[in-house]
Amino acid sequence: MRRKSVAIVGAAETTELGVIPHMSQIQLHADAALNALADCGLTPKDIDGVACAGASPVEVAWYLGITPTWVDGTAVGGCSFMMHVRHAAAAINEGLCSTVLITHGESGRSGIGRARFGRAPDSLQGQFEMPYGPMGPPTLFTIPVLRYMKEYGLTEEQLAMVAVVQREWASRNPRAMFRDPITVEDVLNSRMIAYPIRLLMCCLVTDGGGALVLTSADRAKDFPTKPVYILGTGESVETPMVSQMEDMTTSKAFRVSGRKAFEEAGITHDDVDHLMIYDAFAHLPIFGLEDLGFVGRGEAGAFIAEGNTRPGGKLPLNTNGGGLSYTHTGMYGMFALQESVRQLRGTAPAQVPNCRISVCHGVGGMFAASGTIILTNEEP
Amino acid sequence: MAEYRKPIPRPTPETRDFWEGCKRGELRLQRCTSCSHVFFPPRGHCPNCASRSVESFAASGRATLYSYVISHRPAPGFEADVPYAIAVVQLEEGPRMLTNIVGCPQTPEALQLDMPVEVVFEPVTDEISLPKFKPAGAA
Repeated sequence: MRRKSVAIVGAAETTELGVIPHMSQIQLHADAALNALADCGLTPKDIDGVACAGASPVEVAWYLGITPTWVDGTAVGGCSFMMHVRHAAAAINEGLCSTVLITHGESGRSGIGRARFGRAPDSLQGQFEMPYGPMGPPTLFTIPVLRYMKEYGLTEEQLAMVAVVQREWASRNPRAMFRDPITVEDVLNSRMIAYPIRLLMCCLVTDGGGALVLTSADRAKDFPTKPVYILGTGESVETPMVSQMEDMTTSKAFRVSGRKAFEEAGITHDDVDHLMIYDAFAHLPIFGLEDLGFVGRGEAGAFIAEGNTRPGGKLPLNTNGGGLSYTHTGMYGMFALQESVRQLRGTAPAQVPNCRISVCHGVGGMFAASGTIILTNEEP
Repeated sequence: MAEYRKPIPRPTPETRDFWEGCKRGELRLQRCTSCSHVFFPPRGHCPNCASRSVESFAASGRATLYSYVISHRPAPGFEADVPYAIAVVQLEEGPRMLTNIVGCPQTPEALQLDMPVEVVFEPVTDEISLPKFKPAGAA
């Protein structure tokens, strides 16, 4: 896409976050959408493009009273929203619509109005993974970790440091679910979930949502909020089954998506002020730092443990506290995008000084998919 | 024998040869007759060169332990098994597959990455036997 041709002008999360048993999943979409529309002074009647995951765009558009000329129901897991941003930018540039609403709502904890997760016994996963007893992402997404540890000497202490550093960020954020500081010992003494992964290396399970409003850059200055421009975008997919990754020490989807986004943005890693890497588990930021090219192969564990990504470090990472400490509804990517927008607007609880360029990198499924969005507050 | 409560695969036209092989005690893989690429899971074409000319053959059943977790979160039907390893093995012929490692303690000490393992078949119904792996040479 053309750099800075489209901007995010509205951004908001659900009014509440964490445990919201009094709201169904579709209402969480609507709550986030109404907050994002209020943020930029629009109403549903002003929207002509709708994208969402976890619900059909038909359902969201109808529920909000929108008659769109463009919809996108890409649903590849937690990075779907990065893809929605990318697809929306292309659609706006092509004139398919002018103002796009992207919504996320998920009753991940309370399970109100949420489709059940299941695998048909004749699906690929139903035939070749489920018979062996995986119980959700904690027992599948984590399978690559031991292979990575053996190849690169990553230690359990370094893995624990990912959670420790993100809690440091969360402690600065009043909306974060977990805010009390933790130590490496706390992480390594927490309950074993799937060796070598312990409870505090796993993301939260929460209710919540978020929404974004996008329009063309030439209209963006008419809105009350500081525009956040889309500088570069990338996406890719690898495999529906984690067991079929080409190499369990690196994500092909991460590499392809990240490279494409950096090429589009025309920036180098030194230009990046702020970074979000979807952290469903503690190993995700490690894979992300390497596959996006911020550090060399095998270097990310030490990079984090040495403090480079903590508050005051040279590469602020997951500054809302991340999926490990802030919130994780199931498809967290929307919350990573929200934090990038806040940092570039200068409104983040743990604000990074002089933040001009933010890289927001998502994963979908279990290394199944990836989307990368590079944002800036510098005007075209 | 107690009722088997774990997920049971349902073969499709593309995977039936694989599951029938398992029933006979044979681990069957596919090979492309155009580019010789060996692949898994089964499908009607080669994922390397897109040729529809593929054949299946009996694999050696030899593999190495590529990666795993030891799950403390039982899936429905697995309550009596915890903790149990959910593993990926690297087959001698190239592909990898998810499986369980049987015939040894489910501990990090007993489950060393890259150790040799070999296939065994666990009958779960009259139609389906699951390929699992045990340490090479173990009883």
